[in-house]
Amino acid sequence: MSVALYRIDDRLIHGQVVVGWGQPLNIGFVVLVDDNVACCDWEQDLYRMGVPPEMEIIFADVPTAVRDHDRYVKDSRRGIVVTPDTSTMRRLVAGVGSIPEVNVGGIHHRIGRTQRVRYVFLAPDEEHELTALAEMGVKVTAQDVPNARQVPLAEMLTSKPSEERTA
Amino acid sequence: MTSSNEEEPSSQTAPRAIVAGHGTLPQGLVNAVDCISGRGSDFLVLSNWGLAGSDIEEKIRNAAAEYGIKVFFTDLPGGSATVAVRRMMRSDPAITLVTGANLSTLLEFVFQPEENPAEAARYAAERGRGTLVASGEGAEKPAPSKDGR
Repeated sequence: MSVALYRIDDRLIHGQVVVGWGQPLNIGFVVLVDDNVACCDWEQDLYRMGVPPEMEIIFADVPTAVRDHDRYVKDSRRGIVVTPDTSTMRRLVAGVGSIPEVNVGGIHHRIGRTQRVRYVFLAPDEEHELTALAEMGVKVTAQDVPNARQVPLAEMLTSKPSEERTA
Repeated sequence: MTSSNEEEPSSQTAPRAIVAGHGTLPQGLVNAVDCISGRGSDFLVLSNWGLAGSDIEEKIRNAAAEYGIKVFFTDLPGGSATVAVRRMMRSDPAITLVTGANLSTLLEFVFQPEENPAEAARYAAERGRGTLVASGEGAEKPAPSKDGR
């Protein structure tokens, strides 16, 4: 399978994605599934500037990502699919129907959200979205970087955070 | 946002630039600048730790506005602090951004004339790039390609 990681991350493409996951997984492409970025050339240029030349960025809205998902999976390179939020990932999973695992990599503080792990804050509707993903058969875990422990969804939704690292 | 003033730098000057990046690296870099030059207060420091992208941009934007800062040093070219500054550059062409900043870069900057901070940043970037050298017998071999050959 060419897609090595399906990730929810409100920073989208940044250091943890490009370097933290990108290097050890030898990632050749990143699919950024974001309806707002997909329709804005300037936003796309912004993210292109931050990745190494050997890494391709593909921008897609959800319908396009659903349509092209088979192509991502059959790509000879390994890839990461990133969405900005739980809602976008749920729509993607519902459209594709064959995504086995989703990584919650970073959802940061907002009013109305409760901290679940150090880098994941969730509002009730976001918790429902993640639960819905699990009910669709998707393994949902929180994990910011590759060598961190995977936190299962059930633990995530009941856990109290601890300060582990300041990275 | 934390200011290098919290580290009690040796001198007190108005900040001329913002150093932003991952974890405690920005604070560490500026602390080292202060230890070496006594000019740590030339910089404001911002870590992206625990912040969403929009919050990073807001913090940097507010700090820059407060001090009239147009020069920014960040660590990774694809990092969230870099992305935030690039967004600011869209509406403010007077901004100068230096990515991949290291200690030498910051030290070069503080000793450049204050009248033209953009020119000082460009010069510092060139000088800082020149200090990045691999030495040793093994380092004389060609760098390995991405696939390890």
